[in-house]
Amino acid sequence: MAVPAIASQEIAEPVEPRAGVLRNVFSSLISNRKALAGLAVLLLFTLVSAFAPVLAPYDPHSLQFDALLQPSLQHLLGTAANGQDIFSQLVWSTRESLLLAVVAGVFATAVSVVIGVTAAYLGGAWDHVLNLFTDVFLVIPTLPLMIVIAAYAESHGVWVLITVITVTGWSYGARQLRSQALSLRNREFLDAARVRGERSLYIIFFEVLPNMTSLIVAIFLGAALYAVLAAAGLQFIGLGDTNDLSWGTMLYWAQHNGALLAGQPLWVIAPGLCIAALGGAFALVNYAFDEISNPALRPVKKRKR
Amino acid sequence: MSYLLRRLEFFAITLWAALTVNFLLPRLMPGSPAEAMLVRFHGRVSPQTVKAMEIALGVHSDQNIVQQYLEYLGNTFTGNLGVSLTFFPTSVAKVVMLALPWSLGLVGTATVIAFILGTLVGMLAAWRRGGIFDAILPPVLIIISAFPYFWIALFCLLLFSLTLNWFPLGFAYDLTSSINLSWDFIGQVVSHAFLPALTIVITSIGGWILTMRNTMITTLAEDYVKMARAKGLSPFRIMLQYAGRNAILPNLTGFAMSLGFVISGAILVEIVFNYPGLGFMLLQAVNGEDFALMQALFLLITVAVLVAVLIADVLTAWLDPRTRQA
Repeated sequence: MAVPAIASQEIAEPVEPRAGVLRNVFSSLISNRKALAGLAVLLLFTLVSAFAPVLAPYDPHSLQFDALLQPSLQHLLGTAANGQDIFSQLVWSTRESLLLAVVAGVFATAVSVVIGVTAAYLGGAWDHVLNLFTDVFLVIPTLPLMIVIAAYAESHGVWVLITVITVTGWSYGARQLRSQALSLRNREFLDAARVRGERSLYIIFFEVLPNMTSLIVAIFLGAALYAVLAAAGLQFIGLGDTNDLSWGTMLYWAQHNGALLAGQPLWVIAPGLCIAALGGAFALVNYAFDEISNPALRPVKKRKR
Repeated sequence: MSYLLRRLEFFAITLWAALTVNFLLPRLMPGSPAEAMLVRFHGRVSPQTVKAMEIALGVHSDQNIVQQYLEYLGNTFTGNLGVSLTFFPTSVAKVVMLALPWSLGLVGTATVIAFILGTLVGMLAAWRRGGIFDAILPPVLIIISAFPYFWIALFCLLLFSLTLNWFPLGFAYDLTSSINLSWDFIGQVVSHAFLPALTIVITSIGGWILTMRNTMITTLAEDYVKMARAKGLSPFRIMLQYAGRNAILPNLTGFAMSLGFVISGAILVEIVFNYPGLGFMLLQAVNGEDFALMQALFLLITVAVLVAVLIADVLTAWLDPRTRQA
């Protein structure tokens, strides 16, 4: 929030009060029910991952219990094929899943911003080439590409997943940012900055970007949803580190050990619901953002005809 | 016709980009897992085949990279993709062609159904703005869109196959029968494809509904719709031919853009149901370190998506007269 504040001090001509943009966005988010629900779920998962050692009753890797126990008070979700407590695994897995979503979401958003805004700002041939590049990445199906990259990678750690998700997940945001930046390009305050002789980098970072804050947040939310689902998918087919604890990896082991046929459906259902809740939280906040920025989409009371 | 020409140009460029990515990836990665794989082929297949695979996978070659690239392109266009390790001694091209019809049939049908159904529902939701339909749909669809495809697939499997026993557990037809054209066999194919198709429809329909609803809301506020109402045209005609026809255009563009995502999900669905399409085979290739097959599958899936996008472009040109001018 410091950045917009600096920018508005240094600009001679009055622009819309940018320091207030984030606050406005925040207050409208709080008053929107969809957004509130989404934010509550995000907060919950953040707390769970922070307090995982307290919340999980057992060591998630411990093999001390009997295999495939049915749910009971001792084991809320039963035990896995090697006797691990499924509930403890679920709690600990929140950490990696949340981390992957946020970090990969931030990285993908950063790439979107760099490519989308640069294309719009530079214009001409640069814009043409970068735009084409974006469209190509948009059309190439991401999962096969992710699978191929992950298959060639030597290790399958978290960073491989983050890299793969970033490489495949930036294009949608870049496209949206480019069109918004294009509409900003000829605004007067940018002309003023150019006349003042500011460098391009300064204009992009301190004049253009602060005006796009809300779109950037929306793109981050979309990218985070994508990251949640992509990470889960890759881990499910065994392209993550199968020793890590995350919801996708739990599903991999559940599928690997035939959890459904072995009569342990909760082993499959619980991590899936967590993935959906985390993804759904990002999606709900994102949709609420849409409603806030486009009043036409807000829910209407039944109107008379 | 310049619109279609531009789209054709895009098609060609993307195809070239996919081919090049396919060529560069094995060369950019540290170490060469493909080398170990190729050793297993020496003496078992013809030297030309080994050479074609060496070039495709970037394993020690005495040629410079430009020559390798040209030869790789030539090999790809003539279908000389080497031999599959998983399905030895069948050629990669043959293995891939065995999987293609299953994927096209399943994913193609499911996607078209989801698109048509989603567009219609979105149109109706916007038309009856404020109705129960319109109030409930968006949040429900957003939540569904956050479920992983493969998890919905697992859930359908649990509910309809294991618990209710309505549908078979996986694969494309009963393993005891062979492919033929009898009604019995067609019935098997339909009942095996039903659950995977249902999963794809459930997970992808939300996007089409929401985009269509949101554009339709904007379109309904346009003056030409008011004009049509004032003229006393039938509501049905206004909805379909005035508002709907215009609102569908962004949805078609969206189709082109999100098809890649849909296909990605469909791959996982195939894996869950052991459906013998391209996605399931891709996983087998990865697990068996069958790099030649893996790369051929990546390329084929991309080409399939590109062709579908081109079809969507042709439809756009047909529906929107503006694209045909200028």
